[in-house]
Amino acid sequence: MAIIAASPRGKAGSGRRVGWKRSRQILGLLYAMPTMIYVAVFFVLPVCLVFLMSSSSWSLLTGSKAINFPDNYSNVSAGALFWPAVWFTIEYTVLVTFFLVGLGLGLALLVQEGSRWIGALRTSFLLPSALGLATASLLYWGLYSGSIGPLNGVLDAINSTGIRAGLIDPANQVTFLGSGTTALLSTTFLIVWKFSGFYMLILLVGLQAIPHDIYEAASIDGASRWQTFRSITLPLLRRSLALSLILCITGSLLAFDQFYVLTHGGPDNTTVTVVQLIYREAFIRQNLGTAAALSIVLLVALLALNAIQFRGIRAAGDD
Amino acid sequence: MRNPFRLSALATVALVAVVGCGSSSTPAPVSSGSAGAGVDDGTHITMWSRAATQVRAQALVDAYNASHKNKVDMTVVPTDDYQTKVGSAAAANGLPDLFSADVVFMPNWTSAGLFQDITARIKSLPYADKITQAHIVASTWEGKEYGLPFVADLSVWMYNKKLFTQAGLDPNKPPTTLAEFAADARAVAKLGNGIHGTFFGGNCGGCEVFTWWPIAWADGEKVMSDDGKTSMLNSDENKAIYATMKSLVDDGTVMMPDSKTEAGPTWTSFFGKGIIGIQPMPASLQGLANSALADADIGVTPIAGVKGGQSTFVGGDSIGLSKNAKNIEQAWNFLAWLEGDDAQINVVAKGGNVVSRTDLANNQYTAADPRVLTMNQIAAKGQTPFALRFGQTYNDSQGPWLILLRDAVFGDPSKIDADNAAVNTSLQSQ
Repeated sequence: MAIIAASPRGKAGSGRRVGWKRSRQILGLLYAMPTMIYVAVFFVLPVCLVFLMSSSSWSLLTGSKAINFPDNYSNVSAGALFWPAVWFTIEYTVLVTFFLVGLGLGLALLVQEGSRWIGALRTSFLLPSALGLATASLLYWGLYSGSIGPLNGVLDAINSTGIRAGLIDPANQVTFLGSGTTALLSTTFLIVWKFSGFYMLILLVGLQAIPHDIYEAASIDGASRWQTFRSITLPLLRRSLALSLILCITGSLLAFDQFYVLTHGGPDNTTVTVVQLIYREAFIRQNLGTAAALSIVLLVALLALNAIQFRGIRAAGDD
Repeated sequence: MRNPFRLSALATVALVAVVGCGSSSTPAPVSSGSAGAGVDDGTHITMWSRAATQVRAQALVDAYNASHKNKVDMTVVPTDDYQTKVGSAAAANGLPDLFSADVVFMPNWTSAGLFQDITARIKSLPYADKITQAHIVASTWEGKEYGLPFVADLSVWMYNKKLFTQAGLDPNKPPTTLAEFAADARAVAKLGNGIHGTFFGGNCGGCEVFTWWPIAWADGEKVMSDDGKTSMLNSDENKAIYATMKSLVDDGTVMMPDSKTEAGPTWTSFFGKGIIGIQPMPASLQGLANSALADADIGVTPIAGVKGGQSTFVGGDSIGLSKNAKNIEQAWNFLAWLEGDDAQINVVAKGGNVVSRTDLANNQYTAADPRVLTMNQIAAKGQTPFALRFGQTYNDSQGPWLILLRDAVFGDPSKIDADNAAVNTSLQSQ
């Protein structure tokens, strides 16, 4: 700024200003270059490759044969498992999001105030998040297993009592992973157990960012606990809740590991997710072209959903 | 701002071109010109194998490493991930010197050029015509041989002699037809108190391929056309087999609900607990006996048909030189040793397992245990099915065969014909 102020007006000064502006632009470009390269190499390029793959007849074992656009895209929805997988993924996402964000908020409210055991409680709620998802899924597979699971005694008691009472058909006894409904609920339980502490942490940070003065003012005004929660906590927690929703919905729509380990999409194809379909197309049916087309469709759906959610956050911010 | 975008666009195009070229199909190298026993010069040979056959594969590798200068560095890959790993490595030309494959996947992998042609090498072995032919046939594509048996695995019926005795059955008179199998299972199931007549993996397509198809073969019936493109799984013979299994489910002879939910990982574990009367099992006694099931109580008999006869599924793993093998002569040294007398008798037979050589079926170890002799002898009557689209049709958890078998046994058998049409669609897919 000092240089500009000291510069004489006229042609020479204007030329200098243009030169300074240009050098600032180049400097800015240089600063942005590492990020641009990173985004180009690790996002743009792979997406371009996946799009190329999705437009080709591309076998896992023998590579690309020829461009066949848009055959792979029309094959996507023609598959018998596609729509059931889409609906199941949405069903799972709604269920998991409801329980995870709800329980996460409940836990955050529970451990918000400092007390003697609060540290131990926060740690124990957060601990399952430290486990890898595949490891946690394997742990629950063992728990649910009819051969090695320690919970079989409980199930056996339920089944034998139900059979005696005529409530359970011997051929259709209750098992953790034996029907579409119980498999969905058992998997949801695993995910809620594993991730509720993580969402508790996000919402706890949001709760602690709310100024205490507002609560004091509400208390002086005679607001009840429910009124305080509804009129102060929830509105001021909207950004944290929106972040939780984005993470939870995106993560659930991309569910794979837990179903791959626990159910393999069964029984009777009742727990097949969209990502499982992509995996199956690529590595079982060895058809990378259709798998890539499915990936692009999923990517577009996620981008659209995230755009809507970000718009919601901005609207919340404007309020 | 224009230049960087141009640069990244150029880089994208260049990388796409490179990847496109790199992934194009290249013909597999041929190593059939050389013969003999290969080279043993202290080279480290890389090898991949799947976890399902790890115990037996490790015993063979350990014995080879202990007696040779070459060393085989075996990487064991989780079974469920094996197809993925091999497929990805094949696309990136990153396969090891040697890799094994579930024998049913061999047609798919040999036709895609993942293995080297070793026809001449196999023919140079003095015992070439004595090697189990089912594995060789499954590893042959367009007249060229690409693989040898690595870990031979057969299916048999195993029965618990103690439970047979308690149920009033003769423990030395195992079933010789499917009807006798069902009758024996029902007799044992009547014991109650946590004892079950039989068990099968009802949510595992591969398990029933391995244990039900031999029932049809024993009667001289087929499950598929020879080219592996037409399914006969809705034949009267196969429908009779499903009907028998369904009747065992419906009257409570089969262990439920575990049979219905068993997806494969623990399908052999229940017999070892001493609570199952009779069930199809892999033909291996290694590690089966325990405190709940004495070795003397394990009976072994060939799988029989509806009308009688005997057969088995000749499964397990085949092995071959990969298209990317760098140490070809050394890797062949391992393969030649693998099929030789030393490995087959002192490692395979000694471990109570099925040998890969018909001339060694009767050996010093089978003399001590006639059950192993039964297993070795049934191999000659067995079959290995051939289909290019085997994995996606029969092993896939979402595959059409699993839908068919579950409809046939747990659901609505009237859907069998429609389900079989879906099997055909999968077998004939490109």
